[in-house]
Amino acid sequence: MSDVPILELIGVRAAYGRIEVLRGVDLTVPRGAVVALLGANGAGKTTLLRVISGLMPASDGDIHLGGVHISGASPEELTRAGLCMVPEGRGVFPNLTVEENLWLASYSGVPVEKILAEAYARFPRLKERRRQLAGSMSGGEQQMLSLARALASNPALLLLDELSMGLAPLIVEGLYDTVAEIAESGVSILVVEQFASSALRVADYAAVMQGGRVVASGEPAEIKHRLSELYFGGAA
Amino acid sequence: MALLEASGITVRFGGITAVDDASISAEAGTITGLIGPNGAGKTTLFNVITGLQPPTRGKVRFRGSDITKGSPNSRARAGMGRTFQRLEAFGSLSVRENVLVAREIHLGVKLIGRKQDTMVDELLERVGVARYAQQRADSVPTGTARLVEMARALAIEPKLLLLDEPSSGLDEAETEHFGQLLRALALDGTAILMVEHDMDLVMGVCDVIHVLEFGKVIASGTPAEIRADRKVQAAYLGFSDEEPVVPPIPAAHLPSESEINATTIELPAVESAS
Amino acid sequence: MNEFLAYTFVGLLYGSAYSIAASGLVLTYTTTRVFNLGQGAISMVMAYTYWQLRVADHLPTWLAIALILLIIAPLLGVLIGRVAARNLGDAPVSVSLVVTIGLFVLLIGIAQQIWPADVGRSVPQFFGSDAFTIGTFRLSYHNALTIVLAAVIAAGLYVLLNRTRTGTSMRAAVDNRELLSLFGGAPGRVSTLSWALGSSLSALAGILLVSQVGLDYYQLTFLVIDAFAAAVIGRLQSLPMTFVGAIVVGLGQGYAGYLPQWQVLSGFRDALPTIVLFIALIFLPPVRLRVGQIKGIRSAPVPTRFRTAQVGIAAVVLVALLAGQFSPTHQLELGQGLGYGLVMLSLVLVSGYGGFVSMASLAFMGIGAAVVCKFATHDPLIIVLAVVVCAAAGALVALPVLRLTGLYLALATFAFAELMDKLVFQTNALFGYGSVLNAKRPHVFGYKFESYGPFVTLMAVILVLVAAGLLALRRGAVGRILIAMRDSQIATSTLGLNQRWFRVGLFSLAAAIAGLGGALFAELAGNASATEFQSLYGLEVLLLAVIFGVTSMTGAVLAGMAYMYLPIFTSQHPSLGGVTFLVIGGGAVLLGRDPNGLTNYMFSGVRWLLGRLPVLERITHRPERVVLRQESEQVVSHGAA
Repeated sequence: MSDVPILELIGVRAAYGRIEVLRGVDLTVPRGAVVALLGANGAGKTTLLRVISGLMPASDGDIHLGGVHISGASPEELTRAGLCMVPEGRGVFPNLTVEENLWLASYSGVPVEKILAEAYARFPRLKERRRQLAGSMSGGEQQMLSLARALASNPALLLLDELSMGLAPLIVEGLYDTVAEIAESGVSILVVEQFASSALRVADYAAVMQGGRVVASGEPAEIKHRLSELYFGGAA
Repeated sequence: MALLEASGITVRFGGITAVDDASISAEAGTITGLIGPNGAGKTTLFNVITGLQPPTRGKVRFRGSDITKGSPNSRARAGMGRTFQRLEAFGSLSVRENVLVAREIHLGVKLIGRKQDTMVDELLERVGVARYAQQRADSVPTGTARLVEMARALAIEPKLLLLDEPSSGLDEAETEHFGQLLRALALDGTAILMVEHDMDLVMGVCDVIHVLEFGKVIASGTPAEIRADRKVQAAYLGFSDEEPVVPPIPAAHLPSESEINATTIELPAVESAS
Repeated sequence: MNEFLAYTFVGLLYGSAYSIAASGLVLTYTTTRVFNLGQGAISMVMAYTYWQLRVADHLPTWLAIALILLIIAPLLGVLIGRVAARNLGDAPVSVSLVVTIGLFVLLIGIAQQIWPADVGRSVPQFFGSDAFTIGTFRLSYHNALTIVLAAVIAAGLYVLLNRTRTGTSMRAAVDNRELLSLFGGAPGRVSTLSWALGSSLSALAGILLVSQVGLDYYQLTFLVIDAFAAAVIGRLQSLPMTFVGAIVVGLGQGYAGYLPQWQVLSGFRDALPTIVLFIALIFLPPVRLRVGQIKGIRSAPVPTRFRTAQVGIAAVVLVALLAGQFSPTHQLELGQGLGYGLVMLSLVLVSGYGGFVSMASLAFMGIGAAVVCKFATHDPLIIVLAVVVCAAAGALVALPVLRLTGLYLALATFAFAELMDKLVFQTNALFGYGSVLNAKRPHVFGYKFESYGPFVTLMAVILVLVAAGLLALRRGAVGRILIAMRDSQIATSTLGLNQRWFRVGLFSLAAAIAGLGGALFAELAGNASATEFQSLYGLEVLLLAVIFGVTSMTGAVLAGMAYMYLPIFTSQHPSLGGVTFLVIGGGAVLLGRDPNGLTNYMFSGVRWLLGRLPVLERITHRPERVVLRQESEQVVSHGAA
């Protein structure tokens, strides 16, 4: 493991109009690690991922990706540089077929044949449905597709936003099994979750956001214990 | 017979069944909760009840008559008011005008010759947004905008009030006040049907709760019955009670992107019932 | 049999041209959400460019075509996409459509400047007059090529969109631009590409057609507008359906040759694409409304009653004074400007307050004028009759298109204006082939309005009264309901508003106001002719209304004056013709920044000045006046995590 963390945020701030959503976020994702970022809705987690992936400008602070300062880079540049973000909801194009979705994943620089082979090997279900419109699949299958695309584009850092949203627990567990496998292959992952248990299961480190700041971080077990205290303010 | 009876409602979008043979009802003077994971079809069911989404199958009966084919405006005239998960306040109007215009739509020509209507300001006061009265609705916080939508819905004097995630964006004190308001409305005889994620609020104020998962009603009952239901815990909380280590995070939930088809809804082409 | 072949090939030829033009339109619309009304104008300008290169500069045909299709047209498309249409996709239709109308007017203006109409120009067919015969029917190689190219392009576009990664990312951009960038694709480049491609396709349509149609600013432009029908049949998204639609419309026009040569039917063939457009719009499936975050529009402030009265009286006095000084010619111009001002007021109601784009206001003005001309009586009641007829016509137009919204509704009003133009105004039915009909000024209580002056003052009084009436409407319940409906149709319907009847009333009232303008306009001049109410001018009227500010009365009146005086100014000072285009082009581009138009800039400027001058402030500031919020105020975006 190299000493340079794959992602380092220092004092990152961002705002929607006048409302400041990120108020100085410090966060580090070591190379090869899985970091779970927890927090209630509205804490700024999704905004943070949007800022990291270049969809939204930071108003202040520094973002380093693999030691390189990346503020101001466009999302497509970052993606081609090895960042991969699976956004909240379904990270797929509903009106394209499964295969077309995977086809577009080749903008990351990985040849399309390799992407298809890898995605279908891991998720045989997707192969069965390859001519089907992504939007007509079940939520779990769509999330499977977004994970497959993320995986096949061979990222250095994977950002996952609320994988569990709208899915039954059993499906969520299955998805997180896949996340664990991706992590084992050496990909660094920052995963944002509201329902903490699944994310903590696969994480090496955990951090908790509240009011636009990281208010706690540490080992998953430790964070797990402190969670209710952190949310409910003292009285455990 | 209940005030509202939606029976056997099924809605399909292409290959996805958003609501699957769901039956729910709401009684005058009671608060009915509708809970379930994101994407379970709660908002779609609301849209079916209020006429924004025609069901693939099923019937909606309101005050004893079949209104399945009625237009949204005819349902509103019959006494249905609703709020929206994704805000639909009138952004260019002030908060007060939002309520006033609802009143004006409701009264229509009866407005002519009517003395000053005090209801608008009473509603603003009652819902707790009076201090925002002169502000534009697109400049108030999300939670406040939800309350504005509620005041607006109340301005048409509904028999049935449908609230879609009304408490998200409210802080603890506001939520507390909101719960009291709901109870007071129920005491006045209004039927309330509410989609809500704040479990404390739901368990605290509802008389009956329906739980929706994958478009199906998997449980119906009192809060105590629902709380004890294993199936509900598995579906909604995401873990069974053997492993109650991490609580789901309560607090404010912002509207989620993933409610199936919440982004677009069909405005029916034809008003078949007149 | 020969006749059949001939009609079939003529039909195929038209259909092919529509197909090429419409596919460009659909391509641009699906990837950028901008419906480019100026598409036809691009064809026209490129056809002139082709003449320039091929005929004037004697370039070889292939080189001229290559230069245009591969360099000039794509560059123009990119320029439009980058400068005029940038970020328009998220703007309301009332803005994006009007900006493309600005483009339309601008391009026609540019063509008129570069290639003045005083020189006769013609463009030869490709391959000279070579042709082959089928039976006894002669099909020129040029026309055969047109038909083949249409099929090749349709197939090529299909392959591009479905079999290439670039094409797939164009479709992906329609779904979700942000996600495309997360996949590593470049949404900006996709839009640019589709503008370039769309522009090239319309250039090709123009070049192929120009040898048939001849070089003409309007004919070529409108020929491409006929392609709208095909695009709507393809629901603005399906290229195969667009192709089929184009061929069907073209064949329909071809076989219209079988119709008997009756005068009544004379306009039918030309109007067929528009008729198809109107019908296709009526039968569109229900539109899915977006449910979204709350969004408000900052409108021009509503003045108090006191201020309305002040300004109104001042306006009438000013007009009366001017009318007293002016020569008859200038009195007439002033009065006609006021007539157009009334038409603009109707747009304030329907577009400014109601949020619907109406391109048919001039058609209603024409109906109003036609009514007073047909009866040609001194009885003032005839004006009332004209207003009633227009109100009924407005309701009639609104009825079949009740459920349409946004772009589709706008297109339906345009189709109506076209149909009135082609089937009624320009035929024997009303004005009788463009001849001038006479009207008579009213006799009121024995007063005869013998000269222009007093009648112009009367028009000013009526204009002010209508404006005051609209403001009163705006201040009350109706105004609030209008704004509410514009902000959220869903919410108003779940509050119990029957929007359909409300909307019929709105269109009816707006038509009545425009009709009043038309009636007074005709009576003032003592005559009216069909050419004054062409659908093209209707676009210009809408454009100016929006540029000057379609949410304010002052803006509307200024727009009316501008519509009257800009052409006069241009013809008197040809060297300053550029000013006209600057006003139009600059105004249209500024729209993207503030949809409330130039007048609002003027108002904010005055407010800014008053703010700097404390003495003036004390004089002009009235206590009951509501404090105005600044335009720059941030709108909080809801639903953002």
